[in-house]
Amino acid sequence: MRDDPGLVVEHVARQSYGRLIAFLSSRTRDVAAAEDALSDAFLSALATWPRDGVPGKPEAWLLTTARRRLIDRARHDRVREDAADSIRLLLQQLAHGTAMDDGGFPDERLKLLFVCAHPDVDRGVHTPLMLQVVLGLDAATIASAFLASPAAMGQRLSRAKARIRDAGIAFEVPDRNELPARLDAVLDAIYAAYGSGWDDVAGSDPRRVGLAQEAVWLVRTLLQLLPGEPEARGLLALMLYCEARRPARRAANGDYVPMSEQDARLWNAAMIDEAERELAAASSHQRAGRFQLEAALQSAHVEGVRCGRTDWNGIAVLYEGLVRVTPTVGAFVGRAAAIAEAESPSAGLGALDRIDPSLTKNYQPYWAVRAHLLRRTGREPEALDAFDRAIGLTEDGATRQFLLRRRATL
Amino acid sequence: MERYATSRKRSELPVQFMMLIYETEEAFASRSEQQPTALIGAWRAYYKALVDAGVYVGGAPLEAPTTAATVRVHGGQRRVQDGPYADTKEQLGGQIILELPSLDDALDWAARCPTAATGAIEVRPVSPRVHELVVSGNA
Repeated sequence: MRDDPGLVVEHVARQSYGRLIAFLSSRTRDVAAAEDALSDAFLSALATWPRDGVPGKPEAWLLTTARRRLIDRARHDRVREDAADSIRLLLQQLAHGTAMDDGGFPDERLKLLFVCAHPDVDRGVHTPLMLQVVLGLDAATIASAFLASPAAMGQRLSRAKARIRDAGIAFEVPDRNELPARLDAVLDAIYAAYGSGWDDVAGSDPRRVGLAQEAVWLVRTLLQLLPGEPEARGLLALMLYCEARRPARRAANGDYVPMSEQDARLWNAAMIDEAERELAAASSHQRAGRFQLEAALQSAHVEGVRCGRTDWNGIAVLYEGLVRVTPTVGAFVGRAAAIAEAESPSAGLGALDRIDPSLTKNYQPYWAVRAHLLRRTGREPEALDAFDRAIGLTEDGATRQFLLRRRATL
Repeated sequence: MERYATSRKRSELPVQFMMLIYETEEAFASRSEQQPTALIGAWRAYYKALVDAGVYVGGAPLEAPTTAATVRVHGGQRRVQDGPYADTKEQLGGQIILELPSLDDALDWAARCPTAATGAIEVRPVSPRVHELVVSGNA
């Protein structure tokens, strides 16, 4: 890697992007300016490293270069009233940085994660912001993941950064009282990048995102910085369980394979082991929460397929807990599916009927579960209708084909 | 889930969007098969979902691009040519008009369109300003 300066720049970019942005913006609160300065620094790295060789501490080199850019910019910025303040802050930062030995600088990414999911920042932009400023993903990639137009996504991100700067949102780790609620927002935003892991009975969440590796990376980073939080561990376990099953979710010909029919030998056993360990470590805190419950549900499904007998009563109980902690439409639909297995399909249908119709109108998993249960209770005409709704709301081609085949058996 | 949706700017009134559906040659060829195909089943379900969601305004599928004729009258000169206007790999196969609060909502429905898996769906707002000028005759 040392041999190719271009590759070194890329490597440093991936590993250190968030750390550099976090450190550069933690005092000025100006994320956009930090991004501009860092991208300038990356450009000059690409120009000078091939000529002069890669510096001994590439990260420190980038940091110094980016800071100089920030200072230059602040000096030339006669318009903003607080320019003098900015210069003072930056000079302090520079002094602080030079005082530290080698290129090491404090990891401020935890603060940056809390800023991205701050209550004063529009909730819908929490995840896109994290993906951009912590991981360095570009607006077009983020827009595709969220099914938004890249131009609109770019504007939302810029507005959010302006808000952070202008509202003076503090770069700090919330104190004990505030931490649980603030951490929930961070975890929610990370999970939103992962998307739905719920893939039984051909339910695929229409809003799933699927930046799975990025989400796992974010939660690992969070745990590294905040190791004592059981819900963060629960979220890691949840995502690992889902990731572990990915290879079994499609047949060789690309067809969708429902959870109950998956070949457990195709699962990533090492990943499931890690998930089990993380979940056990989280449970030892005796502070159950949403993500630990969802991970426990995954664990129960995995166990069920492995030993050929799923404990649906246990799963229904976990869902009872889940809907109490997080009454989302997804949790209610999952609970209804569990009730159908634990009690009877008609009991499951009853649970579906009690969900607010305004939430289920365009929610694909609801219609998929409903179709499945109507078919099992012999209510064929209604089942055909429900299959149509599920098929019409499906974005995934393999799921669509699976549901069309199921419908054809009626 | 809605709680994870990206921020959506809701306008006061629903806006109309047109989905221009571009299909591959194979997709056009499969339409001529006698038996109703899985694709037709998928389209019927999609249409139903659009109507049930209350967003469908209208639309129409088009015959294959080989049936098209393109007319120009430039500088008083008529020119008619066989085939579609643009020579592209994927060709316009139909259009659907939707009425929704935002472009994001329209993109959700475009992603669910069965042709999105093989072709491409272009989504564009219908221009209310031009429509108003033309229809009211005030221009």
